Amino acid sequence: MRLFSNPMQALPLILVLLILAVLLHLGFGAKQISLMTTLNAFINFDAQNFDHIVIRQMRIPRMITAISVGAALSVAGALMQGVTRNPLADPGLLALMSGAAFGVVIGASFFAIEADIWMPVLAAAGALAAAVLVALIVLLAPSGRSPAVLLLAGAAVTAFLSAFVSGINILNEESFSTFRVWLSGSITADAIQMLPYAAPWLVGGLVLALVSARQVTVLSMGHEAATGLGVNATALSIRLLICTVVLTAAAVAMVGPLGFVGLVVPHATRLLVGSDYRWIIPCSALVGALFLLLVDLAARIVMAPVEVATGVVTTLLGAPLFVLLVRRVL
Amino acid sequence: MKPCIAINADNLSVGYERQLILRDLNFQAAAGELTVLIGPNGCGKSTLLKSLARVLPLQAGKVMLGDQDVHHTPTKKMAQTLAFLPQGPIAPEGLTVRELVAQGRFPHQSLLRQWSRDDARIIDKALAQTHLCELAERPLTDLSGGQGQRAWIAMVLTQDTPVILLDEPTAFLDLKVQVDLLSLLHQIAHDEQRTVVVVLHDLNVAASFADHMVMMRAGSVLAQGPVNQVFNAENLKAVFDLDSVILTDPSTGRPICAPQCARLLAGSI
Repeated sequence: MRLFSNPMQALPLILVLLILAVLLHLGFGAKQISLMTTLNAFINFDAQNFDHIVIRQMRIPRMITAISVGAALSVAGALMQGVTRNPLADPGLLALMSGAAFGVVIGASFFAIEADIWMPVLAAAGALAAAVLVALIVLLAPSGRSPAVLLLAGAAVTAFLSAFVSGINILNEESFSTFRVWLSGSITADAIQMLPYAAPWLVGGLVLALVSARQVTVLSMGHEAATGLGVNATALSIRLLICTVVLTAAAVAMVGPLGFVGLVVPHATRLLVGSDYRWIIPCSALVGALFLLLVDLAARIVMAPVEVATGVVTTLLGAPLFVLLVRRVL
Repeated sequence: MKPCIAINADNLSVGYERQLILRDLNFQAAAGELTVLIGPNGCGKSTLLKSLARVLPLQAGKVMLGDQDVHHTPTKKMAQTLAFLPQGPIAPEGLTVRELVAQGRFPHQSLLRQWSRDDARIIDKALAQTHLCELAERPLTDLSGGQGQRAWIAMVLTQDTPVILLDEPTAFLDLKVQVDLLSLLHQIAHDEQRTVVVVLHDLNVAASFADHMVMMRAGSVLAQGPVNQVFNAENLKAVFDLDSVILTDPSTGRPICAPQCARLLAGSI
């Protein structure tokens, strides 16, 4: 099923919705700010106007964070689904996120690496290690590479790494208070501090994904058919794994592990543009940004003035879809 | 017209670890002919086709397409000469027929040189050849088995290569659908002077369409040659351990295999 026979027709809709979401995201929150005031905060900034300060120092950083993380995780999820030919693949479900969180917590607790610039590096190292571990389990599994084995391997590695992280936090009060909010996955105005360090990873990963998009479609037809069409399937799979790790690491470094974004968004995108990754990858980035803006908006206003952690909202939305997909695929 | 390119595989050895599946095998296929590979299950015919298509690495020997060494030419360049359709390919869910067929243009495109008018013309031609024009905008999942297989063959045709390898493209299809597909492949081989190699399961379908037949057993070629010379009771006994009588189709002069069964023979007396 898909809503537009020509993917070109979906693009204006996505862009309009994205712009609307940006405006809503800036205007609504614990305090409502009118559209005029919002626009004035850009054009005609008044340092005395409290609303202008809220927009510039709180909402814009959150908006940029939501857009960056949404795009990164969605593209990572789309790539994983293409490479593994498994519609249930997602950076969270296949343990890359818990790997990234593990990397950051280990680095901070055992090696006292707390400088922001190292966060994406630690996250990437952890995510890569987790991905390799999942791949090894699948390769060595006696029943071979079925979608279920891949997911179970991801679940086992996630459980293992999360247990490690919990253990460290229990033993170390200080670490616990530092990471408590971050580990539940939340978009905060503070996350923007990580942006300068995460941005090169983010941009690098997105560019690599866009450049590889054509080949992902070919690879999603299987290794043998892809070889026939002139794709070096092994080399491409490794390149895309690195791309996924880099994008996941950038996202986790900024806001912590945010579950199910990489699962939900590519499926929603497919409904709009079909199965050609030339469209799925760029459109997933846009739909992912849109999705996370709306999620963050909901997280701020549903129980205002209390904020719900973003990761809680994405999981509440993603888990039912996961169940639906499991019923269809397994 | 494309240049004619024959396949010459010399002394191929292929296998996993120490267990060789193909041992010292020689294989030829000529342009303008439909070459059919037959043999019992597990005889290595799929393995041979995959080795010819560089999907499997060689332990020894080499595969030449004209003057190109298949295993030592950049894979994308090779894909401009050699197309391969694996057995039972699976398309990503939601792809339309035209989108699948368009993937055949992949080896001719690059990041900078994307869609051209030539691409569109070749895609339309392949859709017409496979009678898929009316279904072009439908998702692949809506198609019947035969239609789906036609779409994959259209993708391979869109690759526009002088050499085409297909692994059991007619598996699980009705006889009429098999006949239609093989007529198409026969036509492509003869009218466009392409080198077409097909693995087939059904002996009589194979004998009806093959120009050149290659019979394999236990990793080696037992017989290869023009179908009228190779397709005889002796070879079928040696390859399949099948007792049969070979008749001749009076209208085409092609051989037909009638399997013999001791029980039925006894009953007829």
